[in-house]
Amino acid sequence: MDEKTIICRCEDVTYGQIIKAIDEGFTTLEEIKRMLRCGMGACQGRTCLRLISQIIAERTGQSIHEITLPTARPPAMPIELGVLAGKADSAAGEREPGGGPR
Amino acid sequence: MKKQASAVIIGGGVSGCGLAYCLARRGFHDVVVLERDYLASGATGRCGGGIRQQWSTEENTRLAMESVRLFGQLDEELGFETEFEQGGYLILAYSEEEVEQYKKNVAMQQGLGLDVRFVDAQEAREIAPHLNTDGVLCATYCPGDGSANPFFVTQAYAEAAKRLGVEIELFTPVTEILTRGDRIAGVVTPRGRIDTPLVVNAAGGDSVPLARMTGLDLPIVPTRHEIMVTEPVDPFFTTMVISFRHGVYFRQEKRGGIIMGYGDPEEKPGYNIDSSLKFLRAMSRKILNLMPALHQVKVVRQWAGLYDSTPDALPILGPVDQVEGFIQVNGFSGHGFMLAPKVVDLLARMITGQELDLDIDRLHLNRFQAGDISRDLSVV
Repeated sequence: MDEKTIICRCEDVTYGQIIKAIDEGFTTLEEIKRMLRCGMGACQGRTCLRLISQIIAERTGQSIHEITLPTARPPAMPIELGVLAGKADSAAGEREPGGGPR
Repeated sequence: MKKQASAVIIGGGVSGCGLAYCLARRGFHDVVVLERDYLASGATGRCGGGIRQQWSTEENTRLAMESVRLFGQLDEELGFETEFEQGGYLILAYSEEEVEQYKKNVAMQQGLGLDVRFVDAQEAREIAPHLNTDGVLCATYCPGDGSANPFFVTQAYAEAAKRLGVEIELFTPVTEILTRGDRIAGVVTPRGRIDTPLVVNAAGGDSVPLARMTGLDLPIVPTRHEIMVTEPVDPFFTTMVISFRHGVYFRQEKRGGIIMGYGDPEEKPGYNIDSSLKFLRAMSRKILNLMPALHQVKVVRQWAGLYDSTPDALPILGPVDQVEGFIQVNGFSGHGFMLAPKVVDLLARMITGQELDLDIDRLHLNRFQAGDISRDLSVV
């Protein structure tokens, strides 16, 4: 893992950016999420947040158990507006469930 | 943490951090900001980020116009990119009653020098492609309205304040406000006490229990407002769209996600900020009514925050008659972020005894006792 390693794939956030944020004093996941957008993309942090917890723990000397995960926000996976609205023509099957942006 | 300070600001949102910066810039450095959680963890960081100058009261319009001017200078002044953009605001009218009200609003706003005008349904569709304008009689459009990133604006103010000597203590709730007679004497936190003659209550919905620690009642009703955002899609409009008829606002962020919220008239007052399925469903129906082309776009996240609503939807600013040294910066009723730059400038002038270039006497707490209020009608 080097500075350019991508940790948050949805928002293209690198290991180097995360280390820099921690060194600037953003030592909680909530803060790092808000400054760098890790966990705000399509996967909502399913991939990156645990990795970032580990990086925070290593960098700050805290135990990983002390790192609080950000509030889990619904929906559990991306859902089409048409499905939520209950429209018949939402064509839910046309795209892969949980598929990426665009 | 300091044991004494010239002022303690409670609340690390945009108002608290902004005021700390403005005070320090005016030479008033001995300030501590106490934040219960992390910066912008309350209403600031939960808001939609919109910045609007189209209001029905002169007070809000003036504060917003001056704030827009200041937002335009913020990046350079604070050395931080706050993502301020002027993508415009489009406000839809569906009834003759709304048209009549908007005529009054626009006349007042234009009288104050705001670049705002009426557009017809077709122009509304040009400004916001794919907008369903069925039933829309006309709309008002202000191209200078816009948005900024609430986390970044707060962080920008906080870092600039720290460079000027302000102390910002995170994860430090205030458990008691000390008074001596009818004067402020200090605050108590789990990390110790700070003696101070001046306490600023900039805690959003939590301003109410904080004020009560001094025996002061604020006529603020905290009420949950929910928001959600979609996955990014190719950018196709820059304006915020508001329909008071639907109680809805929405815009597309630069990254492509569409962020939207609505004010549920059935929402009960309280401190609950959980996300609800009811909102997710109702909001989806409302947005698809206004922009049917979005039906395959996916919602990725929803959240909620508190409006700290006053009876006239105007903020409570300045000292209070009941407790000396207790300054209120609250009651923004859902638009504290967009008014913050001018509000904090004015309060810093007030606290440091300098001249105010905009009269905010009418925003004193005692207006509610006198019954001298007229409500801003342009609230989502």
